[in-house]
Amino acid sequence: MATGSLQEWQRYDRRTRIGRYLMILASLIILAISWVSLELDFGYLLSAPANLADLFVRMYPPDWGYTTTIVDPMIQTINIAIVGTIVAVIIAFPVAFLSAKNTTPNKATYVLGKFIISFSRSVNGIIWGLITVIMFGPGALAGMVAVGLRAIGFVAKLLGEEIEEIATGSVEGVRATGAGTFLVFLYGIFPQIKPALVGISIYRWDINVRISTVIGFVGAGGIGVHLFEAIETFAWRTVLLILIAILGVVIVSEALSAYLRAKVR
Amino acid sequence: MAADQQTWRRPTAFYNRTVKWLFYIGSVLFVGLLLSRTGVSPGRFWQGILFGIDLVGQMVPPTATETQFNRMMEMLGESVAMSMLATVLGVLISIPFGFLAAENLVPKPVYYLNRSIIMVSRSLHSLIVAIIFVKAFGLGVVAGVLTLSFKTIGYWSKLFAEDLEDIDRGQMEAIEATGGSRLHTIVYGVVPQVIPRAIGLTVYRWDINIRQSTIIGIVGAGGIGTVILAAFDKYQYQYASTILLAIVAVVMVGEAISAITRRRVE
Amino acid sequence: MLRTDNLQKTYESGDEALKGVSLSIEGSEIVSMIGPSGAGKSTFIRCINRLVEPTGGEVYLDETELRALGKRDLRKARRDIGMIFQEFNLVERLTVMENVLSGRLGYVSTWRAFRRNFPSEDIQRAYEILERVGLEDMENKRADELSGGQRQRVGIARAVIQQPKILLVDEPTSSLDPETSHKVLDLLTTVAKEDDIPVLINIHEVELALDYADRIVGLSDGELVWEGGTDELDEHARDIIYRGGESREGTGSAIEEEEAAEDRQEIDRQVPGGG
Repeated sequence: MATGSLQEWQRYDRRTRIGRYLMILASLIILAISWVSLELDFGYLLSAPANLADLFVRMYPPDWGYTTTIVDPMIQTINIAIVGTIVAVIIAFPVAFLSAKNTTPNKATYVLGKFIISFSRSVNGIIWGLITVIMFGPGALAGMVAVGLRAIGFVAKLLGEEIEEIATGSVEGVRATGAGTFLVFLYGIFPQIKPALVGISIYRWDINVRISTVIGFVGAGGIGVHLFEAIETFAWRTVLLILIAILGVVIVSEALSAYLRAKVR
Repeated sequence: MAADQQTWRRPTAFYNRTVKWLFYIGSVLFVGLLLSRTGVSPGRFWQGILFGIDLVGQMVPPTATETQFNRMMEMLGESVAMSMLATVLGVLISIPFGFLAAENLVPKPVYYLNRSIIMVSRSLHSLIVAIIFVKAFGLGVVAGVLTLSFKTIGYWSKLFAEDLEDIDRGQMEAIEATGGSRLHTIVYGVVPQVIPRAIGLTVYRWDINIRQSTIIGIVGAGGIGTVILAAFDKYQYQYASTILLAIVAVVMVGEAISAITRRRVE
Repeated sequence: MLRTDNLQKTYESGDEALKGVSLSIEGSEIVSMIGPSGAGKSTFIRCINRLVEPTGGEVYLDETELRALGKRDLRKARRDIGMIFQEFNLVERLTVMENVLSGRLGYVSTWRAFRRNFPSEDIQRAYEILERVGLEDMENKRADELSGGQRQRVGIARAVIQQPKILLVDEPTSSLDPETSHKVLDLLTTVAKEDDIPVLINIHEVELALDYADRIVGLSDGELVWEGGTDELDEHARDIIYRGGESREGTGSAIEEEEAAEDRQEIDRQVPGGG
């Protein structure tokens, strides 16, 4: 720094500071516009905690008698997640190879792979649910397909990235022995992506459990159907019971998923 | 002598081969059982696929009347506005939760309490939170903003707390050594280390909030979700596909903005 | 017997990696190919079994012209060419035994390979070879648990179990320390002599080449510039190979390294997919 500014100390230089102020200013303006356009009542927001507390009072104690009724739908929820994951992995597997730069046959297949991935990922699970319920009618089948469709992009994207990272030398080594294309894949490529495939599938299953708990709101089976019904009929104590059950299942599947993924590394 | 061996079998990751085969057979039977219990028949599945193709036919080309289009744009705007407001509100609430959930900064009981709150927020899907909030606060954007804010806690506080746990203790000790109070230690020894990451998390969460803001309307919590549900209910499939495309566009723009901002900050 | 006739390779970028190389290797001789990095040594070796597709000339293995072969026959021909790599090129997550047995993949059916159900002769031979390369009782270890020297021994075993007519060896010691380098080369040359297999070794360390080779060939800028016995490689010969015939100090090695990097890149790009 120049000798003239000995007395001063600034944390950032001028341009950075101005940039920061502008960013903060822009955020505030956007925020103000959002606030105004939503026509939010400030007093109403302040009373939110009280309203919520009131609701929880009505929920307590949970309706334990309802437990036996929700065992079946809870199992169905997990089933939807499992089948949805299996379907997704089976479809995502070839898509991943299309979307990986080093295994895709040509430019067109690469674009196709990427397109399938972003298409599947940009439509939310519940919206897939709206569509599959129209296709298959209400029930678990619609849920499985919706969960699966949503997961294809996720699995294919992560797996494709894994394929792009494989050691090409190993593939070259197997090719040099005179192995055919499929055996090169089986010995040179597949062992390298297998742990990732298992890990990604388990991880996605865990996410799918969460989606499966709500897919019933649009009629696609699982515990969501019962939760929706309980809420619509203001059976708040039942609602609390279902919420506890959902929390339990989600937390257990997350822990299980983390444990299994740690094992396959 | 090893050289006389005629056979070799690959060591299995399972306890032994019997366990391995039992596991595989069990898995197949299990999935078969699942499918049979849900009453999924190939015929029904096939019918659904055929109907799906028909449905796609009814969805193209995406079209909307002028009134529909205006309504769609208005509600998309509402979704985006909700996501912005909820991100700010959510992060403001999340900051204390984050600090109180960092194992190295607070006593154990406080840590566990805050971790539990975070876990509840993370485990409940935004639609579940939304449907309950709709009952508590009525239909509309208030429930939506609060839903997204609540979900922000679970994400933002968790990752922020993990960052706090990873900070360089040396810098904290340096401030403590100068005789600074606990608050001083946090303000000068901790905050500067985590600010860039906090901004990055916020921007990333905003991106997620945009996605969520497009669906919570399905249960009445404001935004474009309300419109898409209505479109499907009224069999306006061409309008529905228009809205879907618009949602995808908004989500992608949000993702791009978020990615660029994060690259610049972090 | 291996013979290349005016073998050429021009990459799509326009780089002429090989400008017509003619070389023949017979009997059970060990030929070392030396030359500066970027001279085209790796490309040459990969053009022989068409891991890199040559753009001109011919390659004969015994009476077969390899460039004329279709995919299927090329794979059959590759079974007769064992290859050992600089980075070992093992499949890290597979066991030592699977890596060795992958040398037999050209012979077994897909279904048997899938089930790891190789013929008992293959397995017996694999055990024998593992013992010869000093890896007895290591068959169930995963390749990524091994040291560099041990990995290269697996690499040798994988090539030898092919019962090849020739071994192509690409910079076998570049990833190893000097002591291990000697041990690996000792082993490699001993095994080759015992089994009567001719060897072509790319190597940039001249001293190692002199220690183990019967004959030396020098490649410079894609051309074969020198050929002779180990005792004939004098200062003048080195100048021809490494400095284009001029006895100058400090020719731009930066450029050579850059070319070498380009060379590797081109090869990497060619590896996945295809035949």
